[in-house]
Amino acid sequence: MNDPRLPPAYLRPGVSSFSEFLAGQSPDLLPGGRALPAGQAGDLAPHGTTIVALTFPGGVVLAGDRRATMGNIIAQRDIEKVFATDEFTAVGIAGTAGIAVELVRLFGVELEHYEKIEGTTLSMDGKANRLSALIRGNLALAMQGLAVVPLLVGYDVPAGAGRIFSYDVTGGRYEETGFHSVGSGSLFARGALKKLYRSDMREDEAVMTAIQALYDAADDDSATGGPDVTRRIFPIVHVITNEGGRSLPEATVAEVADRMIAARMSRPDGPLAGLPGGPVA
Amino acid sequence: MSMPFYVSPEQQMKDRADFARKGIARGRSVVAVQYAGGILFVSENPSQALHKVSEIYDRIAFAAVGRYNEFENLRIAGVRLADMRGYAYDRRDVTGRGLANAYAQTLGTIFSSGGEKPYEVELFVAEIGDTPEEDQIFRLTYDGQVADEHGYAVMGGAAESVASYLKERYSTGASLDDALHLAVSALGHNDTEDRVIPVDDLEVAVLDRTRTQTRKFRRLSPSRLDTMLGDRVPSAGAVTTPAAPEAPGATGPQPGEPDPPVAPPVS
Repeated sequence: MNDPRLPPAYLRPGVSSFSEFLAGQSPDLLPGGRALPAGQAGDLAPHGTTIVALTFPGGVVLAGDRRATMGNIIAQRDIEKVFATDEFTAVGIAGTAGIAVELVRLFGVELEHYEKIEGTTLSMDGKANRLSALIRGNLALAMQGLAVVPLLVGYDVPAGAGRIFSYDVTGGRYEETGFHSVGSGSLFARGALKKLYRSDMREDEAVMTAIQALYDAADDDSATGGPDVTRRIFPIVHVITNEGGRSLPEATVAEVADRMIAARMSRPDGPLAGLPGGPVA
Repeated sequence: MSMPFYVSPEQQMKDRADFARKGIARGRSVVAVQYAGGILFVSENPSQALHKVSEIYDRIAFAAVGRYNEFENLRIAGVRLADMRGYAYDRRDVTGRGLANAYAQTLGTIFSSGGEKPYEVELFVAEIGDTPEEDQIFRLTYDGQVADEHGYAVMGGAAESVASYLKERYSTGASLDDALHLAVSALGHNDTEDRVIPVDDLEVAVLDRTRTQTRKFRRLSPSRLDTMLGDRVPSAGAVTTPAAPEAPGATGPQPGEPDPPVAPPVS
Protein backbone atom coordinates (compact mmCIF):
# COMPACT_ATOMS: atom_id res chain seq x y z
CA MET A 1 0.00 0.00 0.00
CA ASN A 2 1.95 2.97 -1.27
CA ASP A 3 -1.01 5.29 -1.45
CA PRO A 4 -1.93 6.23 2.12
CA ARG A 5 -5.44 7.27 1.11
CA LEU A 6 -8.43 5.04 1.70
CA PRO A 7 -9.03 3.09 -1.53
CA PRO A 8 -12.32 3.95 -3.26
CA ALA A 9 -13.73 0.48 -2.60
CA TYR A 10 -13.46 1.12 1.15
CA LEU A 11 -15.67 4.18 0.82
CA ARG A 12 -18.32 2.41 -1.23
CA PRO A 13 -21.38 1.65 0.87
CA GLY A 14 -23.27 -1.62 0.79
CA VAL A 15 -21.36 -4.67 1.87
CA SER A 16 -21.49 -5.44 5.58
CA SER A 17 -19.90 -8.87 5.27
CA PHE A 18 -16.17 -8.95 5.84
CA SER A 19 -15.60 -12.11 3.82
CA GLU A 20 -17.38 -10.62 0.80
CA PHE A 21 -15.32 -7.47 1.15
CA LEU A 22 -12.18 -9.59 1.44
CA ALA A 23 -13.15 -11.56 -1.68
CA GLY A 24 -13.23 -8.29 -3.61
CA GLN A 25 -10.12 -6.73 -2.14
CA SER A 26 -7.68 -9.48 -1.21
CA PRO A 27 -9.10 -12.82 -2.35
CA ASP A 28 -5.78 -14.49 -1.52
CA LEU A 29 -6.54 -13.98 2.17
CA LEU A 30 -9.65 -16.18 1.98
CA PRO A 31 -9.02 -19.79 3.03
CA GLY A 32 -10.79 -21.08 -0.09
CA GLY A 33 -9.47 -18.36 -2.40
CA ARG A 34 -6.16 -19.93 -3.29
CA ALA A 35 -5.44 -22.16 -6.27
CA LEU A 36 -4.07 -25.53 -5.23
CA PRO A 37 -2.18 -28.09 -7.28
CA ALA A 38 -4.09 -31.30 -7.83
CA GLY A 39 -3.61 -34.25 -5.51
CA GLN A 40 -4.25 -35.27 -1.97
CA ALA A 41 -2.84 -33.01 0.70
CA GLY A 42 -4.53 -34.47 3.78
CA ASP A 43 -1.37 -36.00 5.23
CA LEU A 44 0.68 -32.83 5.01
CA ALA A 45 -0.71 -30.98 7.97
CA PRO A 46 -1.85 -31.70 11.54
CA HIS A 47 -5.45 -32.63 12.27
CA GLY A 48 -7.50 -31.56 15.20
CA THR A 49 -9.52 -34.27 16.80
CA THR A 50 -12.46 -34.32 19.22
CA ILE A 51 -14.91 -31.59 20.18
CA VAL A 52 -17.99 -32.04 22.37
CA ALA A 53 -20.88 -29.68 23.09
CA LEU A 54 -23.95 -29.91 25.26
CA THR A 55 -26.66 -27.56 26.41
CA PHE A 56 -27.98 -27.04 29.91
CA PRO A 57 -30.87 -24.85 31.05
CA GLY A 58 -29.60 -21.30 30.57
CA GLY A 59 -26.50 -22.03 28.54
CA VAL A 60 -24.21 -24.24 26.54
CA VAL A 61 -20.80 -25.88 27.09
CA LEU A 62 -18.19 -26.45 24.39
CA ALA A 63 -15.06 -28.46 25.12
CA GLY A 64 -12.17 -29.80 23.09
CA ASP A 65 -9.19 -32.02 23.74
CA ARG A 66 -5.68 -30.68 23.17
CA ARG A 67 -4.14 -33.09 20.68
CA ALA A 68 -3.24 -32.55 17.03
CA THR A 69 -2.05 -35.52 15.01
CA MET A 70 -0.25 -36.15 11.72
CA GLY A 71 -0.81 -39.77 10.84
CA ASN A 72 0.53 -41.74 13.79
CA ILE A 73 2.54 -38.81 15.14
CA ILE A 74 1.27 -36.47 17.84
CA ALA A 75 1.95 -33.11 16.22
CA GLN A 76 1.03 -30.98 19.22
CA ARG A 77 -0.04 -31.76 22.77
CA ASP A 78 -1.50 -28.43 23.75
CA ILE A 79 -3.25 -27.10 20.67
CA GLU A 80 -6.32 -24.94 21.25
CA LYS A 81 -9.34 -25.94 19.22
CA VAL A 82 -12.10 -24.04 21.00
CA PHE A 83 -12.43 -20.35 20.14
CA ALA A 84 -14.80 -17.64 21.27
CA THR A 85 -15.99 -15.98 18.07
CA ASP A 86 -18.03 -13.26 19.74
CA GLU A 87 -19.72 -12.53 23.04
CA PHE A 88 -22.36 -15.25 22.63
CA THR A 89 -20.86 -17.81 20.26
CA ALA A 90 -17.92 -20.16 20.16
CA VAL A 91 -16.58 -22.60 17.60
CA GLY A 92 -14.74 -25.86 18.12
CA ILE A 93 -12.81 -27.26 15.20
CA ALA A 94 -11.99 -30.70 13.90
CA GLY A 95 -10.14 -31.42 10.68
CA THR A 96 -7.11 -29.75 9.14
CA ALA A 97 -5.94 -27.50 11.94
CA GLY A 98 -4.26 -24.77 9.92
CA ILE A 99 -7.24 -24.09 7.68
CA ALA A 100 -9.72 -24.54 10.52
CA VAL A 101 -7.99 -21.92 12.67
CA GLU A 102 -7.93 -19.52 9.72
CA LEU A 103 -11.62 -20.16 9.07
CA VAL A 104 -12.55 -19.50 12.69
CA ARG A 105 -10.54 -16.30 12.72
CA LEU A 106 -12.35 -15.17 9.58
CA PHE A 107 -15.69 -16.10 11.13
CA GLY A 108 -14.89 -14.07 14.25
CA VAL A 109 -13.97 -11.00 12.19
CA GLU A 110 -17.07 -11.55 10.08
CA LEU A 111 -19.34 -11.36 13.14
CA GLU A 112 -17.54 -8.37 14.63
CA HIS A 113 -17.44 -6.55 11.30
CA TYR A 114 -21.18 -6.94 10.80
CA GLU A 115 -21.82 -5.78 14.34
CA LYS A 116 -19.72 -2.65 13.92
CA ILE A 117 -21.06 -1.69 10.50
CA GLU A 118 -24.72 -2.43 11.15
CA GLY A 119 -24.73 -1.41 14.79
CA THR A 120 -26.49 -4.63 15.78
CA THR A 121 -25.55 -8.28 16.14
CA LEU A 122 -26.60 -11.05 13.76
CA SER A 123 -29.27 -13.46 14.95
CA MET A 124 -28.07 -16.89 16.06
CA ASP A 125 -29.39 -18.42 12.84
CA GLY A 126 -27.75 -15.66 10.83
CA LYS A 127 -24.42 -16.49 12.42
CA ALA A 128 -24.90 -20.19 11.74
CA ASN A 129 -25.68 -19.45 8.07
CA ARG A 130 -22.62 -17.24 7.70
CA LEU A 131 -20.44 -20.07 8.95
CA SER A 132 -22.14 -22.36 6.40
CA ALA A 133 -21.16 -20.00 3.62
CA LEU A 134 -17.55 -19.87 4.79
CA ILE A 135 -17.30 -23.68 4.95
CA ARG A 136 -18.85 -23.98 1.50
CA GLY A 137 -16.08 -21.76 0.17
CA ASN A 138 -13.64 -24.37 1.41
CA LEU A 139 -15.18 -27.28 -0.56
CA ALA A 140 -12.35 -27.54 -3.10
CA LEU A 141 -9.85 -27.88 -0.28
CA ALA A 142 -12.03 -30.45 1.45
CA MET A 143 -12.01 -32.59 -1.69
CA GLN A 144 -8.23 -32.68 -1.53
CA GLY A 145 -8.29 -33.94 2.01
CA LEU A 146 -8.09 -30.57 3.79
CA ALA A 147 -11.57 -30.69 5.29
CA VAL A 148 -12.73 -28.51 8.16
CA VAL A 149 -15.65 -29.58 10.30
CA PRO A 150 -16.55 -27.04 12.95
CA LEU A 151 -19.09 -27.23 15.72
CA LEU A 152 -20.82 -23.94 16.46
CA VAL A 153 -22.45 -23.26 19.83
CA GLY A 154 -24.11 -20.12 21.01
CA TYR A 155 -26.52 -18.63 23.45
CA ASP A 156 -29.58 -17.35 21.59
CA VAL A 157 -30.47 -14.28 23.62
CA PRO A 158 -34.06 -13.75 22.35
CA ALA A 159 -34.83 -17.47 22.71
CA GLY A 160 -33.06 -17.64 26.08
CA ALA A 161 -31.38 -20.97 25.36
CA GLY A 162 -28.11 -22.51 24.28
CA ARG A 163 -27.99 -23.92 20.74
CA ILE A 164 -25.65 -26.25 18.88
CA PHE A 165 -25.03 -26.41 15.11
CA SER A 166 -23.01 -29.05 13.32
CA TYR A 167 -21.75 -28.84 9.73
CA ASP A 168 -20.63 -31.05 6.91
CA VAL A 169 -17.89 -30.22 4.40
CA THR A 170 -20.38 -28.91 1.85
CA GLY A 171 -21.59 -26.27 4.27
CA GLY A 172 -24.71 -28.18 5.28
CA ARG A 173 -25.88 -26.92 8.64
CA TYR A 174 -27.77 -29.07 11.14
CA GLU A 175 -29.11 -27.96 14.46
CA GLU A 176 -28.56 -30.51 17.20
CA THR A 177 -30.69 -30.96 20.28
CA GLY A 178 -29.05 -31.50 23.63
CA PHE A 179 -25.55 -32.56 22.71
CA HIS A 180 -23.22 -33.28 19.83
CA SER A 181 -19.64 -34.19 19.08
CA VAL A 182 -17.35 -33.95 16.04
CA GLY A 183 -13.92 -35.24 15.14
CA SER A 184 -12.15 -38.59 15.14
CA GLY A 185 -13.17 -39.52 18.68
CA SER A 186 -16.71 -38.26 18.28
CA LEU A 187 -18.30 -41.71 18.03
CA PHE A 188 -17.07 -42.62 21.50
CA ALA A 189 -17.74 -39.19 22.92
CA ARG A 190 -21.27 -39.24 21.58
CA GLY A 191 -21.84 -42.65 23.16
CA ALA A 192 -20.73 -41.28 26.50
CA LEU A 193 -22.86 -38.15 26.13
CA LYS A 194 -25.87 -40.27 25.28
CA LYS A 195 -25.62 -42.08 28.60
CA LEU A 196 -24.64 -39.10 30.75
CA TYR A 197 -26.70 -36.25 29.33
CA ARG A 198 -29.79 -35.03 31.12
CA SER A 199 -31.72 -31.97 30.06
CA ASP A 200 -31.91 -30.58 33.61
CA MET A 201 -28.19 -30.41 34.39
CA ARG A 202 -26.51 -27.55 36.19
CA GLU A 203 -23.55 -25.80 34.60
CA ASP A 204 -20.95 -27.66 36.68
CA GLU A 205 -22.58 -31.00 35.89
CA ALA A 206 -22.55 -30.14 32.19
CA VAL A 207 -18.83 -29.33 32.41
CA MET A 208 -18.16 -32.65 34.17
CA THR A 209 -20.16 -34.48 31.47
CA ALA A 210 -18.10 -32.84 28.72
CA ILE A 211 -14.84 -33.84 30.44
CA GLN A 212 -16.12 -37.41 30.90
CA ALA A 213 -17.08 -37.63 27.22
CA LEU A 214 -13.65 -36.39 26.11
CA TYR A 215 -12.01 -38.95 28.38
CA ASP A 216 -14.05 -41.73 26.82
CA ALA A 217 -13.09 -40.48 23.36
CA ALA A 218 -9.40 -40.47 24.32
CA ASP A 219 -9.82 -43.92 25.85
CA ASP A 220 -10.79 -45.52 22.55
CA ASP A 221 -9.46 -43.15 19.88
CA SER A 222 -5.67 -42.87 19.62
CA ALA A 223 -5.91 -39.43 17.98
CA THR A 224 -7.75 -37.84 20.91
CA GLY A 225 -5.70 -36.68 23.86
CA GLY A 226 -6.84 -37.41 27.39
CA PRO A 227 -6.06 -35.16 30.34
CA ASP A 228 -2.26 -35.02 30.59
CA VAL A 229 -1.74 -35.27 34.35
CA THR A 230 2.05 -35.16 34.26
CA ARG A 231 2.26 -32.05 32.10
CA ARG A 232 -0.96 -30.62 33.52
CA ILE A 233 -2.58 -30.12 30.13
CA PHE A 234 -6.36 -30.25 30.32
CA PRO A 235 -9.20 -29.75 27.84
CA ILE A 236 -10.34 -26.24 26.99
CA VAL A 237 -13.87 -25.62 28.21
CA HIS A 238 -15.95 -22.65 27.07
CA VAL A 239 -19.27 -21.85 28.75
CA ILE A 240 -21.82 -19.41 27.32
CA THR A 241 -24.80 -18.11 29.28
CA ASN A 242 -26.96 -15.01 29.10
CA GLU A 243 -24.04 -13.09 30.63
CA GLY A 244 -21.82 -13.93 27.67
CA GLY A 245 -19.11 -16.46 27.09
CA ARG A 246 -16.08 -17.30 29.16
CA SER A 247 -13.35 -19.90 29.02
CA LEU A 248 -13.05 -21.74 32.31
CA PRO A 249 -9.74 -21.07 34.06
CA GLU A 250 -7.21 -23.89 33.79
CA ALA A 251 -7.35 -24.50 37.54
CA THR A 252 -11.11 -25.12 37.42
CA VAL A 253 -10.83 -27.59 34.56
CA ALA A 254 -7.87 -29.29 36.28
CA GLU A 255 -9.93 -29.73 39.43
CA VAL A 256 -12.84 -31.29 37.50
CA ALA A 257 -10.46 -33.56 35.58
CA ASP A 258 -8.71 -34.66 38.79
CA ARG A 259 -12.04 -35.54 40.34
CA MET A 260 -13.00 -37.57 37.29
CA ILE A 261 -9.66 -39.39 37.20
CA ALA A 262 -9.95 -40.20 40.92
CA ALA A 263 -13.37 -41.75 40.31
CA ARG A 264 -12.07 -43.71 37.32
CA MET A 265 -9.36 -45.28 39.48
CA SER A 266 -12.06 -47.55 40.88
CA ARG A 267 -14.26 -47.60 37.75
CA PRO A 268 -12.06 -47.10 34.65
CA ASP A 269 -15.05 -47.08 32.30
CA GLY A 270 -16.68 -44.13 34.00
CA PRO A 271 -20.05 -43.61 35.65
CA LEU A 272 -22.60 -46.42 35.43
CA ALA A 273 -25.84 -45.72 33.59
CA GLY A 274 -28.91 -47.20 35.33
CA LEU A 275 -30.99 -49.77 33.45
CA PRO A 276 -34.78 -49.55 33.51
CA GLY A 277 -35.97 -51.90 36.18
CA GLY A 278 -32.38 -52.68 37.16
CA PRO A 279 -30.33 -51.47 40.10
CA VAL A 280 -30.01 -47.69 40.26
CA ALA A 281 -26.52 -46.48 39.47
CA MET B 1 -19.41 28.60 -24.76
CA SER B 2 -18.86 30.27 -21.45
CA MET B 3 -15.45 31.43 -20.32
CA PRO B 4 -14.54 30.44 -16.76
CA PHE B 5 -13.64 33.37 -14.55
CA TYR B 6 -10.19 33.42 -13.08
CA VAL B 7 -10.29 32.59 -9.37
CA SER B 8 -7.04 32.78 -7.45
CA PRO B 9 -6.01 29.60 -5.63
CA GLU B 10 -6.14 31.46 -2.31
CA GLN B 11 -9.70 32.52 -2.91
CA GLN B 12 -10.68 29.06 -4.11
CA MET B 13 -9.31 27.37 -0.99
CA LYS B 14 -10.90 29.98 1.23
CA ASP B 15 -14.28 29.47 -0.41
CA ARG B 16 -14.04 25.75 0.00
CA ALA B 17 -12.97 26.07 3.63
CA ASP B 18 -15.84 28.47 4.35
CA PHE B 19 -18.26 26.09 2.73
CA ALA B 20 -17.06 23.13 4.82
CA ARG B 21 -16.92 25.16 8.02
CA LYS B 22 -20.46 26.40 7.58
CA GLY B 23 -21.73 22.87 7.19
CA ILE B 24 -19.90 21.68 10.28
CA ALA B 25 -20.98 24.64 12.39
CA ARG B 26 -24.63 23.77 11.89
CA GLY B 27 -24.26 20.53 13.88
CA ARG B 28 -24.05 20.06 17.60
CA SER B 29 -20.77 19.50 19.38
CA VAL B 30 -19.01 16.30 20.33
CA VAL B 31 -16.70 16.22 23.33
CA ALA B 32 -13.94 13.72 24.06
CA VAL B 33 -12.53 13.75 27.59
CA GLN B 34 -9.71 11.64 28.97
CA TYR B 35 -10.35 10.17 32.39
CA ALA B 36 -8.40 7.75 34.55
CA GLY B 37 -9.91 4.62 33.01
CA GLY B 38 -9.95 5.66 29.36
CA ILE B 39 -11.60 8.17 27.05
CA LEU B 40 -15.18 9.38 27.29
CA PHE B 41 -17.23 10.67 24.34
CA VAL B 42 -20.34 12.73 24.82
CA SER B 43 -22.53 14.32 22.20
CA GLU B 44 -25.97 15.76 22.08
CA ASN B 45 -27.81 13.51 19.67
CA PRO B 46 -31.56 12.93 19.94
CA SER B 47 -31.38 9.99 17.51
CA GLN B 48 -30.92 6.57 19.03
CA ALA B 49 -30.13 4.98 15.69
CA LEU B 50 -27.80 7.40 13.93
CA HIS B 51 -24.64 7.42 15.97
CA LYS B 52 -22.00 10.10 16.08
CA VAL B 53 -19.66 7.98 18.18
CA SER B 54 -18.77 4.44 17.14
CA GLU B 55 -16.38 1.60 17.57
CA ILE B 56 -13.65 1.06 15.00
CA TYR B 57 -11.51 -1.60 16.62
CA ASP B 58 -10.43 -3.08 19.95
CA ARG B 59 -8.99 0.14 21.37
CA ILE B 60 -10.01 2.66 18.74
CA ALA B 61 -13.14 4.76 18.54
CA PHE B 62 -14.45 7.25 16.02
CA ALA B 63 -16.56 10.34 16.54
CA ALA B 64 -17.75 12.80 13.97
CA VAL B 65 -19.79 15.93 13.37
CA GLY B 66 -21.10 17.32 10.13
CA ARG B 67 -22.92 15.59 7.30
CA TYR B 68 -24.10 12.17 8.34
CA ASN B 69 -23.72 10.43 4.98
CA GLU B 70 -20.15 11.64 4.61
CA PHE B 71 -18.87 10.68 8.02
CA GLU B 72 -20.77 7.40 7.93
CA ASN B 73 -18.87 6.57 4.75
CA LEU B 74 -15.60 7.41 6.45
CA ARG B 75 -16.55 5.35 9.50
CA ILE B 76 -17.32 2.27 7.41
CA ALA B 77 -14.08 2.71 5.50
CA GLY B 78 -12.26 2.91 8.83
CA VAL B 79 -13.88 -0.29 10.10
CA ARG B 80 -12.94 -2.02 6.87
CA LEU B 81 -9.37 -0.77 7.00
CA ALA B 82 -8.96 -1.80 10.63
CA ASP B 83 -10.54 -5.23 10.20
CA MET B 84 -8.55 -5.85 7.04
CA ARG B 85 -5.27 -4.94 8.69
CA GLY B 86 -6.09 -6.86 11.84
CA TYR B 87 -6.97 -9.93 9.81
CA ALA B 88 -3.96 -9.77 7.51
CA TYR B 89 -1.49 -9.07 10.34
CA ASP B 90 -2.56 -9.12 13.96
CA ARG B 91 -5.04 -7.30 16.16
CA ARG B 92 -2.23 -5.36 17.81
CA ASP B 93 -1.04 -4.01 14.49
CA VAL B 94 -4.11 -1.82 14.06
CA THR B 95 -3.25 1.64 15.35
CA GLY B 96 -5.15 4.87 15.73
CA ARG B 97 -2.26 6.73 14.16
CA GLY B 98 -2.44 4.65 10.99
CA LEU B 99 -6.16 5.21 10.75
CA ALA B 100 -5.88 8.95 11.40
CA ASN B 101 -3.28 9.13 8.67
CA ALA B 102 -5.52 7.37 6.15
CA TYR B 103 -8.39 9.73 7.01
CA ALA B 104 -6.14 12.78 6.78
CA GLN B 105 -4.84 11.79 3.35
CA THR B 106 -8.34 11.08 2.10
CA LEU B 107 -9.88 14.29 3.42
CA GLY B 108 -6.89 16.35 2.27
CA THR B 109 -7.04 15.00 -1.27
CA ILE B 110 -10.75 15.58 -1.57
CA PHE B 111 -10.42 19.09 -0.18
CA SER B 112 -7.74 20.25 -2.57
CA SER B 113 -8.98 18.46 -5.69
CA GLY B 114 -11.13 20.93 -7.59
CA GLY B 115 -13.62 18.33 -8.84
CA GLU B 116 -15.21 17.16 -5.63
CA LYS B 117 -17.18 18.98 -3.03
CA PRO B 118 -15.13 19.08 0.18
CA TYR B 119 -16.39 16.89 2.98
CA GLU B 120 -18.31 18.84 5.63
CA VAL B 121 -17.04 16.77 8.52
CA GLU B 122 -14.72 16.83 11.47
CA LEU B 123 -13.50 13.66 13.11
CA PHE B 124 -11.97 12.32 16.27
CA VAL B 125 -9.92 9.17 16.11
CA ALA B 126 -9.10 8.10 19.65
CA GLU B 127 -7.09 5.19 20.93
CA ILE B 128 -6.45 4.03 24.46
CA GLY B 129 -3.22 2.47 25.66
CA ASP B 130 -2.42 0.54 28.82
CA THR B 131 -1.96 3.75 30.82
CA PRO B 132 -3.56 7.21 30.52
CA GLU B 133 -0.23 8.58 29.23
CA GLU B 134 -0.50 6.34 26.17
CA ASP B 135 -4.01 7.51 25.27
CA GLN B 136 -4.30 9.47 22.06
CA ILE B 137 -6.95 11.72 20.61
CA PHE B 138 -6.53 12.89 17.03
CA ARG B 139 -8.73 15.61 15.71
CA LEU B 140 -9.10 15.79 11.95
CA THR B 141 -10.60 18.69 10.09
CA TYR B 142 -12.36 18.83 6.72
CA ASP B 143 -9.12 19.74 4.92
CA GLY B 144 -7.12 16.81 6.27
CA GLN B 145 -5.27 18.59 9.05
CA VAL B 146 -4.48 16.46 12.07
CA ALA B 147 -4.14 17.78 15.60
CA ASP B 148 -2.96 15.69 18.51
CA GLU B 149 -5.20 16.66 21.43
CA HIS B 150 -4.49 16.14 25.10
CA GLY B 151 -6.91 15.94 27.98
CA TYR B 152 -10.03 16.97 26.15
CA ALA B 153 -11.14 17.88 22.65
CA VAL B 154 -14.22 19.50 21.18
CA MET B 155 -15.55 19.82 17.66
CA GLY B 156 -18.75 20.94 16.00
CA GLY B 157 -21.13 23.85 16.41
CA ALA B 158 -20.29 25.62 19.66
CA ALA B 159 -16.78 24.24 19.91
CA GLU B 160 -15.26 27.44 21.22
CA SER B 161 -17.56 28.06 24.15
CA VAL B 162 -17.55 24.37 25.12
CA ALA B 163 -13.77 24.23 24.92
CA SER B 164 -13.35 27.31 27.09
CA TYR B 165 -15.71 25.80 29.67
CA LEU B 166 -13.64 22.61 29.69
CA LYS B 167 -10.37 24.50 29.82
CA GLU B 168 -11.37 26.16 33.06
CA ARG B 169 -12.54 23.00 34.77
CA TYR B 170 -10.70 20.00 33.31
CA SER B 171 -8.30 18.12 35.53
CA THR B 172 -6.35 14.97 34.69
CA GLY B 173 -7.07 11.61 36.29
CA ALA B 174 -10.77 12.24 36.95
CA SER B 175 -13.19 9.39 37.55
CA LEU B 176 -15.73 8.42 34.88
CA ASP B 177 -18.54 10.01 36.89
CA ASP B 178 -16.72 13.32 37.21
CA ALA B 179 -15.67 13.32 33.58
CA LEU B 180 -19.25 12.64 32.51
CA HIS B 181 -20.64 15.45 34.66
CA LEU B 182 -18.05 17.83 33.28
CA ALA B 183 -18.61 16.86 29.65
CA VAL B 184 -22.40 17.05 29.88
CA SER B 185 -22.41 20.44 31.54
CA ALA B 186 -19.83 21.66 29.03
CA LEU B 187 -22.13 20.68 26.17
CA GLY B 188 -25.03 22.46 27.85
CA HIS B 189 -22.97 25.60 28.30
CA ASN B 190 -23.09 28.59 26.02
CA ASP B 191 -22.33 32.24 26.34
CA THR B 192 -25.72 33.33 27.63
CA GLU B 193 -27.03 30.49 29.76
CA ASP B 194 -26.57 26.84 30.77
CA ARG B 195 -29.01 24.10 29.85
CA VAL B 196 -29.67 20.71 31.31
CA ILE B 197 -29.58 18.28 28.37
CA PRO B 198 -32.12 15.48 28.89
CA VAL B 199 -30.56 12.07 29.28
CA ASP B 200 -32.40 10.73 26.23
CA ASP B 201 -30.73 13.32 24.03
CA LEU B 202 -27.24 12.30 25.05
CA GLU B 203 -25.09 9.86 23.18
CA VAL B 204 -22.34 8.65 25.49
CA ALA B 205 -19.68 6.01 24.89
CA VAL B 206 -16.34 5.13 26.44
CA LEU B 207 -13.15 3.40 25.52
CA ASP B 208 -12.76 1.63 28.84
CA ARG B 209 -9.33 0.28 29.72
CA THR B 210 -10.74 -1.72 32.63
CA ARG B 211 -12.96 -3.90 30.45
CA THR B 212 -11.74 -7.50 30.43
CA GLN B 213 -12.82 -8.09 26.83
CA THR B 214 -10.43 -7.23 24.03
CA ARG B 215 -12.99 -4.81 22.62
CA LYS B 216 -12.85 -1.82 24.93
CA PHE B 217 -15.62 0.25 23.38
CA ARG B 218 -18.88 0.46 25.27
CA ARG B 219 -22.00 2.61 25.04
CA LEU B 220 -23.69 3.94 28.17
CA SER B 221 -27.46 3.51 28.07
CA PRO B 222 -29.84 6.33 29.06
CA SER B 223 -30.86 4.46 32.22
CA ARG B 224 -27.22 4.08 33.22
CA LEU B 225 -26.64 7.77 32.51
CA ASP B 226 -29.63 8.67 34.61
CA THR B 227 -28.16 6.96 37.66
CA MET B 228 -24.69 8.33 37.00
CA LEU B 229 -25.77 11.92 36.48
CA GLY B 230 -28.40 12.01 39.21
CA ASP B 231 -30.25 15.27 39.75
CA ARG B 232 -28.66 17.97 37.77
CA VAL B 233 -28.95 21.70 38.17
CA PRO B 234 -27.42 24.22 35.83
CA SER B 235 -24.18 25.52 37.26
CA ALA B 236 -24.35 28.47 39.64
CA GLY B 237 -25.10 31.86 38.21
CA ALA B 238 -26.86 30.47 35.17
CA VAL B 239 -30.44 31.04 34.25
CA THR B 240 -32.63 28.22 35.49
CA THR B 241 -34.61 26.53 32.76
CA PRO B 242 -38.24 25.52 33.36
CA ALA B 243 -38.61 22.57 35.70
CA ALA B 244 -39.88 20.01 33.19
CA PRO B 245 -37.63 20.01 30.17
CA GLU B 246 -38.66 16.47 29.24
CA ALA B 247 -42.25 17.12 28.23
CA PRO B 248 -43.67 14.04 26.46
CA GLY B 249 -43.22 14.04 22.73
CA ALA B 250 -41.06 17.11 22.75
CA THR B 251 -37.69 16.28 21.35
CA GLY B 252 -37.07 19.37 19.30
CA PRO B 253 -36.19 22.79 20.64
CA GLN B 254 -38.80 23.98 23.10
CA PRO B 255 -40.09 27.41 23.95
CA GLY B 256 -38.26 28.82 26.90
CA GLU B 257 -35.20 26.78 26.07
CA PRO B 258 -32.52 28.11 23.83
CA ASP B 259 -31.94 26.54 20.46
CA PRO B 260 -29.13 24.06 20.10
CA PRO B 261 -25.78 25.77 20.27
CA VAL B 262 -25.34 28.04 17.34
CA ALA B 263 -21.95 28.48 15.80
CA PRO B 264 -20.06 31.72 16.02
CA PRO B 265 -20.63 33.68 12.83
CA VAL B 266 -18.34 32.54 10.09
CA SER B 267 -16.34 35.32 8.51
